[in-house]
Amino acid sequence: MNSHSKLEKVETSALELQKNTKALTSVSLNKNKKLKDAGLFALFVGPVLLAFTLIVLIPFFTGIYYAFTDWNGITGAVKWVGLDNFKYIFTKDKQFLDSFKLTTKYTLVAIILTNAIGFGLALLVTQMLKTRNILRTVFFMPNLIGGLLLGFIWQFIFVKGFASIGELTKIPLFELAWLGDANTAFWGIVIVSVWQGAGYIMIIYIAALQNVPQELIEAAKIDGANRWQILRHITMPLVAPAVTICLFLTTASSFKVFDANLSLTNGGPFKSTEMLALNIYTEAFVNNRYGIGEAKALIFFLVVAAISVIQVTYSKKKEVES
Amino acid sequence: MRSRYTGKTFIVEILAIVLGIAFLVPFYYVISNSLKPFADILSNTSALPKVLEFQNYVSAFEKLNYLKVFTNSLIVTIASNVVLVIFCSMAAYMLVRTKKKISHVIFMIFVAAMIIPFQSIMIPLIKTAGTFGLLNSVWGLVIMYLGFGSGMTIFLYHGFIKGIPVELEEAAIIDGCTRFGVFWRIVFPLLKPITVTIVILNSLWIWNDFLLPSLVLQDPELKTIPLATFSFFGQYTKQWDLALAALVMGIIPLLIFFFAMQKHIIKGITSGSIK
Repeated sequence: MNSHSKLEKVETSALELQKNTKALTSVSLNKNKKLKDAGLFALFVGPVLLAFTLIVLIPFFTGIYYAFTDWNGITGAVKWVGLDNFKYIFTKDKQFLDSFKLTTKYTLVAIILTNAIGFGLALLVTQMLKTRNILRTVFFMPNLIGGLLLGFIWQFIFVKGFASIGELTKIPLFELAWLGDANTAFWGIVIVSVWQGAGYIMIIYIAALQNVPQELIEAAKIDGANRWQILRHITMPLVAPAVTICLFLTTASSFKVFDANLSLTNGGPFKSTEMLALNIYTEAFVNNRYGIGEAKALIFFLVVAAISVIQVTYSKKKEVES
Repeated sequence: MRSRYTGKTFIVEILAIVLGIAFLVPFYYVISNSLKPFADILSNTSALPKVLEFQNYVSAFEKLNYLKVFTNSLIVTIASNVVLVIFCSMAAYMLVRTKKKISHVIFMIFVAAMIIPFQSIMIPLIKTAGTFGLLNSVWGLVIMYLGFGSGMTIFLYHGFIKGIPVELEEAAIIDGCTRFGVFWRIVFPLLKPITVTIVILNSLWIWNDFLLPSLVLQDPELKTIPLATFSFFGQYTKQWDLALAALVMGIIPLLIFFFAMQKHIIKGITSGSIK
């Protein structure tokens, strides 16, 4: 890396020397080259920058404006209403506050379970098992399928599959109407997302576990450490960076949950499982209150951005320490 | 320690296999019931089908307009991947090789925008897209995927290109090759490993995406697989025989893709997550 950057420096200085000689010989040639460079830059960077501006930047900034208006998406008239939307959301919109609390609770439960199970699976399939490659595939497979289809698959499992298992085994847990009750429907969404996410997280933990040097484990064994002590004092500290990555990955994806929420419960029964993303969607595209929906979307953005900023500063700090 | 297969390992193996089967149970229920007549789904949900009822698939295939929606999904996914790879690799290359402040600023904007959740901009996006005539068109959707995917894709290319020595390119320039030629003939082939990772990550995202196409594509002729499955479920609630067959047909392309690309997918996720 170091020698590489040194090389680059030598090259740039060589290039500069070249430029200088050129500048001496002809100023107009230099101008031409500058123009050509700018043209090339625009040719290479322009297309994607244009799409990005149109699709991400313009909607993002106009969205901030709309959050302070009474825009309904249909009529052309957009009136500035100041902080009214935010006042309404925080004082009168009980559903939004409920969704916020529910999403926070869901995020906490989902990150703990997804990471614990993902790590457990990674430990399992890094043992000397004969079936470990097949098992990795099996545990990972749900992750391929998008949240929408997964939600529908589990809708069938909860409605028909569980009822049938309950009939056969008489285990009360399976005899419940899972999607008909606010509490079990919440856990239904958790089950779907853990089933989907654990395999993904497992892949990252496997990579981390395989980087733990075998010699360290051997040495600990010779010193008389048992399995638990090895896991606690050698493996865990060495995979800590992967844990950080996975925690933040699952936090962001859980907080933004939408597809599985829509297809499994659609927020029901009686909006009791409506998470934030679905709440924003309904406000804008079902109730046609775009201004209020956009104000909610702005709050949503601020929370996600805060999580990401904490993540970046935290991992930067870790990098410096290690 | 690693080489011994002991009795303990055997017990762990049995436990692991049981867990693996438990993971597959939902697939078992969906696939086995998709092959039963409706009455059997209701009365014998857990049993294997007595006779294989392929009629469910025939009906669902027609009602979903499967060939059409599959083609739509394929076109959207492939076209989006092509534009993402072409334009983002070019941009990332130029941003790495042009050592100026503006390159850094543009790169930081792309990276920073990665934290914007889709739900935060979807409402004004539909208005902007309407103004520019991007709604209800596959090409409009592809341009949107270029916009939304650019942050991550440029980020991954940028990191990879920084590791490529510049000497090769300089030699080619001295030999009279243009910058454009240098990029496509020399640099782009070197990007193959990261391109594979990028294509896999973007394909899974775009193929499975529901919310964006549901807002953009209103015309039934343009529906992708997730959109068609969604409206199918709305239309045939509780008609599990058709719904399950439709679900299985939605999953099959993903399974084929997975088994064809398994190694690359695992590698892609590992390298994609450690950004």
